[in-house]
Amino acid sequence: MKVLAISGSLRAGSYNTALARAASELAPDGIEIEVYDGLGLIPHYDEDLDQENVETPAPVAELRRRIDEADALLIVTPEYNGSTTGVLKNAIDWVSARHRGSWLRNKTVAIAGATTGEYGAIWAQQDLRRILGIAGARVAAGDFPLPRAYEAFDESGALASPLVAERLRIHLAALVHEAAPLTVTA
Amino acid sequence: MSIVADSPATGIPSGTWSIDPVWSVLEFEIKKLGLVTLKGRVPGFSGTIQGGETPSISGAVDVTTITTFDETRDGHVQAPDFFDADRYPELRFESAAVESRGDELVVDGELTIKNVTKPLVLKGTYVGTGVDPYGNDRIGIELTGTVDRTDFGLEWNAPLPGGGFLLPNEVVLKANLAAVKSA
Repeated sequence: MKVLAISGSLRAGSYNTALARAASELAPDGIEIEVYDGLGLIPHYDEDLDQENVETPAPVAELRRRIDEADALLIVTPEYNGSTTGVLKNAIDWVSARHRGSWLRNKTVAIAGATTGEYGAIWAQQDLRRILGIAGARVAAGDFPLPRAYEAFDESGALASPLVAERLRIHLAALVHEAAPLTVTA
Repeated sequence: MSIVADSPATGIPSGTWSIDPVWSVLEFEIKKLGLVTLKGRVPGFSGTIQGGETPSISGAVDVTTITTFDETRDGHVQAPDFFDADRYPELRFESAAVESRGDELVVDGELTIKNVTKPLVLKGTYVGTGVDPYGNDRIGIELTGTVDRTDFGLEWNAPLPGGGFLLPNEVVLKANLAAVKSA
């Protein structure tokens, strides 16, 4: 099963991107997680640019293609002002505009979030769940809050705590379980 | 009371009647915000009415055809938050008993949505028979019932600033069925 991981942060040293990478490293057998890194190239959503007779911006076309090719998504979000990030919401808007169809329709998604605080982006994940649901996605049950992210990773970028790593494996297993009935395996 | 084959208790004439989706109307109503009754229509369905002494009504609905006349909203209605049409493309109704109680036609049956089967009672009238311009025998039946959408896992809602939720759990179903004699 192919999972595309999208981090809602552009920061080079982002804890959320680190979480997406850590997920790709510890993914159970049979799951291949690719980390998407084109979020910073997505232009501001503009319905004038999102028309049949206008060439789709290349980074948007690329993101749509990669979502199409993925069996499921893992979306990892920081929490800014109690919600998900503008760049992430902007990208979601590009892949879910109703007049062009939604690339997220029936796409199974797991959500997660890392913060330096104690709550692990739970508000951001609540909002993200609602946004993705309205965009037509099947959001797998359960959030994945990663609090105190500054101490969560070791030098190799892996999750320092075996307990947290196991929790992430279980979260990914739930994603696979939720997505599996729609995935045809060769 | 004696039951004669041609005029059974319900009045639905003997034989098999095929529900004509073009002449029939299947719709649902939900009172949004407790203020406004919003309607949805389902053009894609098929079904059979059996008349005579042991009448029955059964049908299947193509969930992907459900419309509330707004593309954006329909996208959400078809999505996993509501009907999850990709995974559960069909909903079904099967009657267990169809009988007359006074002037009313009462249909006791089971509705299946998203693989969840629950009892549903529809009440209304057997309107009568007629011959259409093409010479086909037709019958008309009009039924109404209420379901709790959360019984079937259609649980999406949005909280309101003053408390409470945008959508009630109760959804009114209406079926105006025109059927053509097929056997």
